[in-house]
Amino acid sequence: MKSNIPLIFEKGFDGEQQSFVPQMDVDMVDLNEILPENLQRKDLPIPNIPEVDIIRHFINLSLRNYGVDTGIYPLGSCTMKYNPKVNEVVAKLPGFTFIHPLQEESEGCLELLYHLSKLLGELTGMDGFTLQPAAGAHGELVGLLIMKKYFEIKGLKKQKIIVPDSAHGTNPASAKMAGFSIIELKSNEHGEVPLDQLEFAMLEGDIAGIMLTNPNTLGIFDKQIKDITRIVHDNGGLCYYDGANLNPMLGICRPRDMGFDIVHLNLHKTFSTPHGGGGPGSGPIGVVNELIPFLPEPCLISTKQGIACREKNDVSIGRIKAFWGNFGVIIRAYAYILALGAEGLKKVAQIAVLNANYLKVQLQQKYYLPYNRVCQHEFVLSDQGMPNNVTTEDIAKRILDFGIYAPTIYFPLIIPGALMIEPTETESKQSLDYFVEVMNQIYDEAKSNSVLLRNAPHNTPVKRLDAVLAARKPVLHD
Amino acid sequence: MDYEFPDHLKYTSTHEWIRFENNIATVGITDYAQHQLGDIVFVELPEVGMVFEKGSNAAEIESVKAVGDLIMPLSGEIIEINENLADNPELVNSSPFGEGWMIRIKYSHLDEKDDLLSSEEYKQILQKEIH
Repeated sequence: MKSNIPLIFEKGFDGEQQSFVPQMDVDMVDLNEILPENLQRKDLPIPNIPEVDIIRHFINLSLRNYGVDTGIYPLGSCTMKYNPKVNEVVAKLPGFTFIHPLQEESEGCLELLYHLSKLLGELTGMDGFTLQPAAGAHGELVGLLIMKKYFEIKGLKKQKIIVPDSAHGTNPASAKMAGFSIIELKSNEHGEVPLDQLEFAMLEGDIAGIMLTNPNTLGIFDKQIKDITRIVHDNGGLCYYDGANLNPMLGICRPRDMGFDIVHLNLHKTFSTPHGGGGPGSGPIGVVNELIPFLPEPCLISTKQGIACREKNDVSIGRIKAFWGNFGVIIRAYAYILALGAEGLKKVAQIAVLNANYLKVQLQQKYYLPYNRVCQHEFVLSDQGMPNNVTTEDIAKRILDFGIYAPTIYFPLIIPGALMIEPTETESKQSLDYFVEVMNQIYDEAKSNSVLLRNAPHNTPVKRLDAVLAARKPVLHD
Repeated sequence: MDYEFPDHLKYTSTHEWIRFENNIATVGITDYAQHQLGDIVFVELPEVGMVFEKGSNAAEIESVKAVGDLIMPLSGEIIEINENLADNPELVNSSPFGEGWMIRIKYSHLDEKDDLLSSEEYKQILQKEIH
């Protein structure tokens, strides 16, 4: 792999290869007539290099990519599962790609949206869905705006949201953005929500509800989940389920049955649409009957004439995204659900949990596991007790040398030096065993040759970057 | 434990230290806290004149691996902030009890001082936290 690839703008401006610029085929216009002089640029440095060099430039860059198609991607809380290629085939059908949402012949696409909503409803137990949110955090915001509107219409002043410290970082951020203030609940020694403190917090009176990630970021299913939702409901609050970790729950249990009123799903995690590199994602929101009127516009309903848009209504939170959301992503998720079917999805959950527990038991032989119980889809190790004070960062950097992407590090914050691992169901036993082998070797290196770890990575195009200097003194321009 | 706990300071269980002079409290984060956060890259301080209640977040401390809060150990008004930290956040790492101080508070409730910890009490809490 080439270690130093110059920018394409640093290559070839010698002006020799101008033949590829086609002849002008429109009338020449004096630039000064159409553009004031102060807006005209004096030069336009477009690289002027042969096609073969352009191809080599971008192919060489692409070789630096790492993705699920390259190797195991055990990024905790992210569900980086393999994306079956049949999804791509379906999403590229001309009927989907050559259509515009304003075209009248879009019934087929609307039907797909409607059916996916129904399927997600079946998986979560929710009565109504919107597929519009562009990603998980966008879904959270939509869910919270629904909560806000719900209480406004009822004439109730509710200004606070309870968020346990084991939730995703986006939860408090979304709540704040929706105009709520946040009450943080500290997890108990089992990594669960302490019921007595929840009850105490609810007594404050102006609590709109709770946002809960279940299983939480420790990979732990809160066994008291029904008590939690009961306490919140008894005190007039709503329960929001962060479904980013739904993978181990598919076909096993449903947020609605746990007592939740609103749930967001991440199609780009649980439902295997491509994930990472900036998206696009998709974060549908599901709600119970009572909250359906608040869903964003436009909203699809089934009528005798087919699928149609619901009439506008005053209590809807309004439009939150152009047209129907990230449609290409939605098609892929639909294809995934239909390909696997109910039994297949259940198996996804079972294997995801099995894979995580297999890794957990193997790795806890050498690494410290702060919350030691059967996990769901992920678990969290810590660098506590590592030989020669080797840190989580050193471990993560060394993992890269073996051609593996590093797990999530230093999150969740409730575990110092956290190393959060989620293998997903799509990794084979061989691939899991390779990961264990690498981790064991790294532990042994920490004992015998810790300098090797402190200076890692060694086999990557760039060595250890100075993250501190980059953050303190960023170079934002030449 | 290899952390410093100057005896003349008061502490909180959320890892702030407090120094009292002429009814003014100077506040920063402890040696243990800066060590836990790692290399600090940005400190977002409140504005002078802002009034906070005890227990609320007065500043945000960002390191390469996490974001921590400076929690008000006493209710009161911010009368001075350490402007130096804007360009030199690393002072919190190199001198947590000295040049790395963060805010000065004109505190409003004298009795809140009783809730603060001595260096010995803080040390004991830390020992429990680290096991």
